[in-house]
Amino acid sequence: MTPALAIRNVSHSYGARKALDDVSFSVPPGSFTMLLGLNGAGKSTLFSLVTRLYAARHGEIEIFGHNIMREPGAALRRLGVVFQARTLDLELSVMQNLLYHAALHGVGPIEARRLGQAALARAGLAERAKDKARALSGGQMRRVEIARALLHEPRLLLLDEPTVGLDIKARADLLALVRELVQEKRLGVLWATHLIDEIADDDQVVILHQGRVLATDRAQAIVVAQGAANIGEAFTRVTGVAQEKLSA
Amino acid sequence: MSEIAAPAGFTFRQYLICLSGVVWREGLRFLHQRERFISALVRPLVWLFIFAAGFRQVLGVSIIPPYETYVLYEVYIAPGLMAMIQLFNGMQSSLSMVYDREMGNMRMLLVSPFPRWFLLGSKLLAGVAVSILQVYAFLLIAYFWEIEPPTKWGYLTVLPALALSGLMLGALGMLLSSLIKQLENFAGVMNFVIFPMFFASSALYPLWRVKESSPWLYYVCEVNPFTHAVELIRFAFYEKVAWTSLAIVFAYTSAFLVAAILAYDPARGMLMRRGG
Repeated sequence: MTPALAIRNVSHSYGARKALDDVSFSVPPGSFTMLLGLNGAGKSTLFSLVTRLYAARHGEIEIFGHNIMREPGAALRRLGVVFQARTLDLELSVMQNLLYHAALHGVGPIEARRLGQAALARAGLAERAKDKARALSGGQMRRVEIARALLHEPRLLLLDEPTVGLDIKARADLLALVRELVQEKRLGVLWATHLIDEIADDDQVVILHQGRVLATDRAQAIVVAQGAANIGEAFTRVTGVAQEKLSA
Repeated sequence: MSEIAAPAGFTFRQYLICLSGVVWREGLRFLHQRERFISALVRPLVWLFIFAAGFRQVLGVSIIPPYETYVLYEVYIAPGLMAMIQLFNGMQSSLSMVYDREMGNMRMLLVSPFPRWFLLGSKLLAGVAVSILQVYAFLLIAYFWEIEPPTKWGYLTVLPALALSGLMLGALGMLLSSLIKQLENFAGVMNFVIFPMFFASSALYPLWRVKESSPWLYYVCEVNPFTHAVELIRFAFYEKVAWTSLAIVFAYTSAFLVAAILAYDPARGMLMRRGG
């Protein structure tokens, strides 16, 4: 089966500093993959390469078999992204934000409005369509961003530390929403995080540390292989970094 | 819903949807930022009502094309002020792109599956459309100050000139936006781009006057793209074509556009080198 996302031997440097070093892993369709790493591990650099903000000069990145450099259009239309920075236009209404995104994917306003309503309903925000984005809470904004990222019906969803700055309940809601999407729509999801408690036993986990992939497997399997009690302890054994750094 | 069902490319209609979506958003943003509109309008009006009125006695303007009679100083600087509106708008769009990039909106644009040159071109056209609206708002007020073209047709003939000069200044802004890393650098853009371009041009004084006082400065003005944007607008407002300026503005527009698209190209662009 063609992976939703395939990353093979990707390296990237900023000048002399190597941000990614021979990174390889894949995200199967219908799977929830956690990209676990501390701040500065290279997660955002990897996202910039997958979303083609930077060119992947060393190694290959494919989305459903479409190489991001050779067939960027075909690759990007199968991709939905939630960036770490908030990207809603605060001056515009929720629906206007969605319509703008739809236009960027060649979806006209009538169809976009229908898709937008459905996406907002799924995110539990149907009645907020006309409100200005500024009026939403942090958790609601994130849910709108997810609704927006799914508007053009991509098969791969990338989320870069989406729960940063949210309270515990909003974090749990967001995580539940995305897990549901994986189940229902068989989305491939890559979720970057530095928070251990977001990981479930069945998740695929990729441990990224100082630009290198140190482990990739089901969370439970990594725990067993390391002879650890839980994924936090396993992370410490793999990386040599104290676990406290992962819960901040 | 299957990834196989997605067609390989986009239809012409979808390109239009994308373009109109980008223009629509820029228009909405503009409507929501009333201060931006007001300051875009007040700036040239200050020059017109205060500066021009004060300098009317000092700076005499002899008869030079396209004028066929002596003109008041206010009339002389009006085309320069139209171009100034576009200059500020072009730089402000570039500021908004830096802001967008910081806020992630630029990334939203660049992650769209449409070709990147098309996305940047759409963004540019949206900015030009807004700048032309501003210029016509200025002309409306200037009309009551008795600054108007010889016939009403001038309002129409100036439009293509405004579109081209808007494109040139917008493309320059876009190029700069790929080089500027932070918002604060806009002050630098003011000092090193806007002021020199504006003052070393034919916007405020005819170039023959500059030549009399400093031949060296005259040559700087002659190569300054802004001079030619001003002259293009000045002649078009009088239903004439400044052919040399047209050619020069066209050449600068092409150069800035190509450079901006290259700068935003992930494989070559400046974005990567900075790690920004």
